Amino acid sequence: MSTTQIQVEAEVHHDDHHDHHQSFIRKYIFSEDHKTIAKQFLITGIFWALIGGAMSVLFRLQLGFPDMDLSILKPILGKWLTANGKIDSEFYLALVTMHGTIMVFFVLTAGLSGTFSNFLIPLQVGARDMASGFMNMLSYWFFFVSGVIMFVSIFIETGPASGGWTIYPPLSALPEAMSGSGLGMTLWLVSMVFFIVSTLLGGINYITTVINLRTEGMSFARLPLTIWAFLVTAILGLLSFPVLFSAALLLVFDRSFGTSFYLSDIYIAGEALPNIGGSPILFQHLFWFLGHPEVYIVLLPALGITSEIISTNSRKPIFGYKAMIGSILGIAFLSFIVWAHHMFITGMNPFLGSIFMFLTLIIAVPSAVKVFNYITTLWRGNIVFTPAMLFSIGLVSFFISGGLTGLFLGNSAIDINVHDTYFVVAHFHIVMGSASFFGMLAGVYHWFPKMFGRMLDEKLGYIHFWISFIGIYMVFFPLHYIGLAGFPRRYYSFTNFDAFGGFTDLNMMVSIAAIITFSAQFIFLFNFFYSMWRGRKAPANPWRSNTLEWTTPINPGHGNWPGEIPTVHRWPYDYSKPGAKEDFIPQNIPLSETPESNLPEEH
Amino acid sequence: MAVQVASTQNTPILRVDPKKFTLWLFIVSIVMIFASMTSAYVVKRSDGNWLNFDLPEAFLYTTFIIVLSSATMQWAYLSAKKDAISNLNIGLVITLILSIAFLIGQFYSWSQLVGRDVYFVGNAAGSFIYVLTGLHGFHLISGIIFLIIVLISALNYKVHSKKMLLIEMCSTYWHFLGGLWVYLYLFLSLYN
Ligand code: HEM
Ligand SMILES: [Cu+2]
Repeated sequence: MSTTQIQVEAEVHHDDHHDHHQSFIRKYIFSEDHKTIAKQFLITGIFWALIGGAMSVLFRLQLGFPDMDLSILKPILGKWLTANGKIDSEFYLALVTMHGTIMVFFVLTAGLSGTFSNFLIPLQVGARDMASGFMNMLSYWFFFVSGVIMFVSIFIETGPASGGWTIYPPLSALPEAMSGSGLGMTLWLVSMVFFIVSTLLGGINYITTVINLRTEGMSFARLPLTIWAFLVTAILGLLSFPVLFSAALLLVFDRSFGTSFYLSDIYIAGEALPNIGGSPILFQHLFWFLGHPEVYIVLLPALGITSEIISTNSRKPIFGYKAMIGSILGIAFLSFIVWAHHMFITGMNPFLGSIFMFLTLIIAVPSAVKVFNYITTLWRGNIVFTPAMLFSIGLVSFFISGGLTGLFLGNSAIDINVHDTYFVVAHFHIVMGSASFFGMLAGVYHWFPKMFGRMLDEKLGYIHFWISFIGIYMVFFPLHYIGLAGFPRRYYSFTNFDAFGGFTDLNMMVSIAAIITFSAQFIFLFNFFYSMWRGRKAPANPWRSNTLEWTTPINPGHGNWPGEIPTVHRWPYDYSKPGAKEDFIPQNIPLSETPESNLPEEH
Repeated sequence: MAVQVASTQNTPILRVDPKKFTLWLFIVSIVMIFASMTSAYVVKRSDGNWLNFDLPEAFLYTTFIIVLSSATMQWAYLSAKKDAISNLNIGLVITLILSIAFLIGQFYSWSQLVGRDVYFVGNAAGSFIYVLTGLHGFHLISGIIFLIIVLISALNYKVHSKKMLLIEMCSTYWHFLGGLWVYLYLFLSLYN
């Protein structure tokens, strides 16, 4: 016990000492301060979101306007354009693959968890920094290296990995299969190993910090739901990313050493490959054991952020705090036993399929509990429509409309028809992509004042929200119809099939909506960088919120609180408590100061 | 600033040292790697097309060696607790020697496999053994590095009853690595 304390103090002392004469490099580049690391993750995430988004615009151009002449893009795309100015069909696959990889891993995993877990965990649990600042720094730099490798892979001669973000073998295992399965795929795997290390280093730190470094009084029953969500997300990552490592390792052996874990009976140009006895389904099992929890790794932080923002801006306690925690835990547990719903058509035993179907459909219960609680929190609240609040409500909308299609997909009888069609694409872009993306934006709008000491412009925020919200529905809703009509995902072109002729206009509309939605993000980008330097100065507690981060100075330094760390006396959701003078009571206000509003059991 | 440091920190709610806790979480992630690998093994085996062969005898000896090294590690740890510094050093050195013997034994088992015509490239049944032993060996090397760090600290009188954190963590990791191998050995014997 005492050793712990001495050590922690020694570390704090050490850090404070440094604060005064830190070099630029230690302060902004190889920083160990969680707030700086959070901003590094955020900026890197934004960079990747732009690249990933631009890629989607390119392939949407191909899908919406198959005859378009893109020669003006020749300087950027070079030989990836055919002679008549169209996107090369192999490059199309590379674009889809890179888009998926970048968005799922770099933007919505590292960009989201990396930013908000890093920024909010120490500030909201009342800690001076993460348990290990050094590991935290390493976590960012591993992510950075992983990004550099992925970025380089886009520019190599044979092109980046092209077998889809799920990199199923044998396509991904055989360099002969497609040009993207050569060096591009190798770089993809190397980059991912760095990424896994980064995620584990970050996640281990988040878990340790939440469990060990909470301030006095911050019991688990008083943790903000953001922290609950980040904690459970980190646990999911800790349990699932090592499995991706295993899957990738065996794939590396198959690719580069000639083993047969995933390969069997393959003929290339009439020649049999030596590999015998492997099973590509094995890869799918390993991949989806990570892959399904991964979708919740992406979503849960966004849900946590939403809980916080909706409660604050409804000026009401979150409805069913314990039920929210329970449903986070329930979702997390279930997410490990449903992976095979991605594999209904792999020829699995139908009885086994029905078990996975049953387990999958149970996830609807905790998900519905969360939705219900968001809505009941909003119900009759004094809603303040800040941009963050709008994005949070948008998230709830996406979570509902995308979750509903999940129920259809979860039924194996239906999934056999729509698997690998645009119906699945519509499902996960709404429920995962858009919902988490909105959660991330909501978080930026809400915590920007704490990050940079200035406010984002609200009007630009409203414009950004409405274009994005309507745009996203215009993009992804029609994809359900295209999918039900049977159009497979990852196909280069519609036009060769008579059956899809009727969808040409719809596809055009989707592409136009996608371009508009993407463009709207530049409003945000402008707002972000402009406000960072020129925005209105932020007050100490702009949203009149209860959580601890608003008790720090407007621009918190190394160590977060200049004096003692505040002690926590109540849960974070004392909004509009009957009898209270104000409509919010921060967590650090003792019950003795609020006799007028204490409940009978609080006296 | 000095004032702030002097004022007591808030009492941590859970009384585990964050570093030890971090180690446990690392161990969890390693457990998941091996859990997934052995599950993959089971899935692949039930899939058919499986080569049957006898495990190398060397495994029996290496299993014995690593269990023994766990015992010497524990002895070193207990000696540190009692401030018996020379016993501590002897314990650590023996553990180190045993660990290297283990690695050599594992390497030898590979040549026994080759002697049985079981190669890394070939039927997955064989490849899995190379992967499992290789991955375990790789982690064991990280354990040896840790062990050497502890040994150097011990030689500099930096490990004793009032400074147990390092050796505590090292022995936890060591016992884990030993247990992991015992699990792998039993697993491979049962599911051969
Ligand atoms: C009621 C809840 C949900 C159910 C029952 C459900 C069910 C399913 C099923 C059965 C599939 C496989 C479809 C196929 O490939 O044929 C699927 C795909 C997918 N789901 Fe969900 N889902 C639910 C919620 C979510 C949530 C909350 C997320 C993310 C945050 C999500 C993300 C995904 C992704 C990313 C895919 C596609 C992966 C790919 O093939 O590339 N789902 N979902
Ligand atoms: Cu899933």
